[in-house]
Amino acid sequence: MTAPADSTASDPTRAGLGGEAPLPPLGSAGLLRWMWRQLTSMRTALILLFLLAIASVPGSVLPQRGGNPRRVEQWLTDNPTSGPLLDRLGLFDVYSSPWFAAVYLLLFISLIGCVLPRVGQHWRAMRTPPPAAPRNLLRLPASREVDVRQPPDAVLDSAAEWLRSRRWRIRRGETNGVPWVSAETGYLRETGNLVFHLSLIVILVAVAVGGLFGWKGNVIVKEGGGFSNTLTQYDTWGGGRMVDPSRLAPFSFTLDDFKVDFERGEAQRGAPRLFEADITYRAEPGAAPEDTKIEVNHPLEVEGAKVFLIGHGYALHFVVRDSTGEVVYDDSSVFLPQDANFTSNGVVKVPDSDPPLGFTGLFLPTAAIDEVRGGFSTFPAADDPLVLMAAFRGDLGMDTGAPQNVYRLDTSNMAKVGLDSLTPGQTWQLPNDSGSIEFAGIDRWVSLQIAYDPGKELALLAAVVAIAGLSVSLFVRRRRIWVKAARADAGSTLVQIAALAKAEGADPGADVTELADHLGGQDAASERSAQ
Amino acid sequence: MTSTELAQASNALVYASMFTLTLAMIFFAASFAAGRRRPARAAAPATTSVEGAGGTAVLTRPPEADDRPLEPGRRAANIGMSLTWLAFLLLLGGVILRGVWAGRAPWGNMYEFSITGALGVLGVFLGMSIRRDLRWLGLFVTIPTLLWLGLAVTVLYTEAAQLVPALKSYWLVIHVSAAIICFGGFTFAAATAGLSLVRGRIERRQGTTDVTGWTSRMPTSERLQTLTNRVVAFSFPLWTFAVVAGAIWAENAWGRYWGWDPKETWAFITWVIFAAYLHARSTAGWRGSRASWIAVAGWVAFLINYFGVNIFVNSLHSYSGM
Repeated sequence: MTAPADSTASDPTRAGLGGEAPLPPLGSAGLLRWMWRQLTSMRTALILLFLLAIASVPGSVLPQRGGNPRRVEQWLTDNPTSGPLLDRLGLFDVYSSPWFAAVYLLLFISLIGCVLPRVGQHWRAMRTPPPAAPRNLLRLPASREVDVRQPPDAVLDSAAEWLRSRRWRIRRGETNGVPWVSAETGYLRETGNLVFHLSLIVILVAVAVGGLFGWKGNVIVKEGGGFSNTLTQYDTWGGGRMVDPSRLAPFSFTLDDFKVDFERGEAQRGAPRLFEADITYRAEPGAAPEDTKIEVNHPLEVEGAKVFLIGHGYALHFVVRDSTGEVVYDDSSVFLPQDANFTSNGVVKVPDSDPPLGFTGLFLPTAAIDEVRGGFSTFPAADDPLVLMAAFRGDLGMDTGAPQNVYRLDTSNMAKVGLDSLTPGQTWQLPNDSGSIEFAGIDRWVSLQIAYDPGKELALLAAVVAIAGLSVSLFVRRRRIWVKAARADAGSTLVQIAALAKAEGADPGADVTELADHLGGQDAASERSAQ
Repeated sequence: MTSTELAQASNALVYASMFTLTLAMIFFAASFAAGRRRPARAAAPATTSVEGAGGTAVLTRPPEADDRPLEPGRRAANIGMSLTWLAFLLLLGGVILRGVWAGRAPWGNMYEFSITGALGVLGVFLGMSIRRDLRWLGLFVTIPTLLWLGLAVTVLYTEAAQLVPALKSYWLVIHVSAAIICFGGFTFAAATAGLSLVRGRIERRQGTTDVTGWTSRMPTSERLQTLTNRVVAFSFPLWTFAVVAGAIWAENAWGRYWGWDPKETWAFITWVIFAAYLHARSTAGWRGSRASWIAVAGWVAFLINYFGVNIFVNSLHSYSGM
């Protein structure tokens, strides 16, 4: 993990590392040194980069627990033989698996081992004056010889002034009575390169800070419902090792209204066009309530945490009465969407009736029924709503103490009572005098993600610095230039200029030409070569 | 103009651009064919040559680099370049009218991404051609761009519509425009890298860098590699920026700056491959053809991200509009 695009030849520290690996000297210290050198070599960095790219692929093909745990469960159910095997290899948690961590940690160790010594080298290089002029300048690939009228010292003064104004570093000297100017520029290239690589380490640190001190939770809130930021209110919650879940910021809010709109035109019919959640929130208990709204791309910021709108669906309001007509259930239940047109599944559990009742429902916001597909929805808005219900009677299994899935009805100890379909306002009188269920209305729910990541500002800062360093390291070209001036016959001065590129992409010829033009001499080279 | 007229005008400009680009491709191909008929390039000899013709010695001046007589096919290639400029301007008009029609930045679905991507490829090619002679590359830019546009107008075509709420953000303009320019840069780099591989093979077979045959008009494989490196060195920081801008947007929209969504994963893979390319360029034994293969692989990763993730994978980034 070293400087991209610096030529190997110009970098003595890399000499030998690119070629065949030197044999390890005897002794364990020697072996360790040899292994360290192998690990920090550019070739190892290259191989680790490839490994990192390849290791990232499976996580984009297989569902991941971090992103979509429900699809992982589905995948495991659909593939009972290969599923558990892949699971054991960590292929459903690729990015937190030990082998993925091994690749990137090795890469970062390689990076540190390569970059840190170079920081020292670069520090010394910046404090070292440019090297003395080589004996024969005209042997360099980019060189020129010109005749100038001024005396040698004046020429060199002018050249040094010109170079200094362009921020070249200057050294002047004299070899065998011939004075010269030696100059070098483009140190920023290596500075940028080192800054870029060090920033990557900072990004890794920022990610770790977010992982240790950050937390993230999801919650479904129905219209009219509320939420307060305590652990028990979340449907799912995950926090870093350094988070104390009992000390979350004490804000709370209620969802007053959720507005949603879908494309009704021909093109992209059914695509969402508007999501807007109107909420009332309090920063802490007893604080004045504030009205605000949450939209996609416009999260609510409270106490360092952000509340994001990440999903929505229908919540159906049912009223269940027992055989005497007494209300035993009056609530809305969350129906989970199954497709883009919000064909949704949900259940109603009524433990308070005697015997307990349970219902499964298929909700069709814009209903269509077809012999092959059964009931399905043709549009995501509730234009022509219908819910297909199945009623069950018996043991709901809610007394066993085992955790229950609120979105699933365990009918193993229940008897089916009947089937019916309901539109809003309709009531279904259950057979055998079991009571009735009324489809009282349609509400909506929103799925919110509440996240706190104290590392994100640092990550952003490091990313910005990384881009700046990277750009500098790829656009600045390190190069040297030498000028010699000696008195020739007839009162003129013979000036030799030569330049050398120390990085790919530099154009030393252009530097030579520019400086020669500045000194304004007659080209001596052509006459010479003509002789 | 009414909405329908705008739509028709935008589509007409895209089709006109494709037609012009087809002509450009034909002229570039003709220029290659002309170059091919002549067995060896008039390989400018360093010394003055004397050609015997019926006993009379005819002195021919060695052609200078700049005022060399028109190589066969040179004129065809010039016409091809002019037509490519025209196609670029027509496509630019098509993209702008598409945006006017939709009343937003024209980046809401795959058709729009694709026509703008083609604009990016042509733009990078033409931009690079201002300072250097790239006529030899014209054929290898026009062919993929035409295929790309063909795919856009047939398979990916979508009527303009409003944006889904997730795309309603100024980050759309920042993130997507950077990604599209990178697409142009990476495509250019893949083309020159691929050609350097082909040319390198021919150079090895003929045992010289001054080869004959259809690649004779191109720069040497080494110069092609240098050109590839330049374009990657320009595109890589921009791609880094596009990924970081995407992360900022993701943080604002989804509550996390990085979540290993398939789109993010492949953007990361593309980034890592081009990082490997830059490292390979400074590793002995990797500078040449191996680095070129890596550049091609990076471009393939970009395409997988574009087609694979948009269409086939369940991703938060599935905005194909199809």
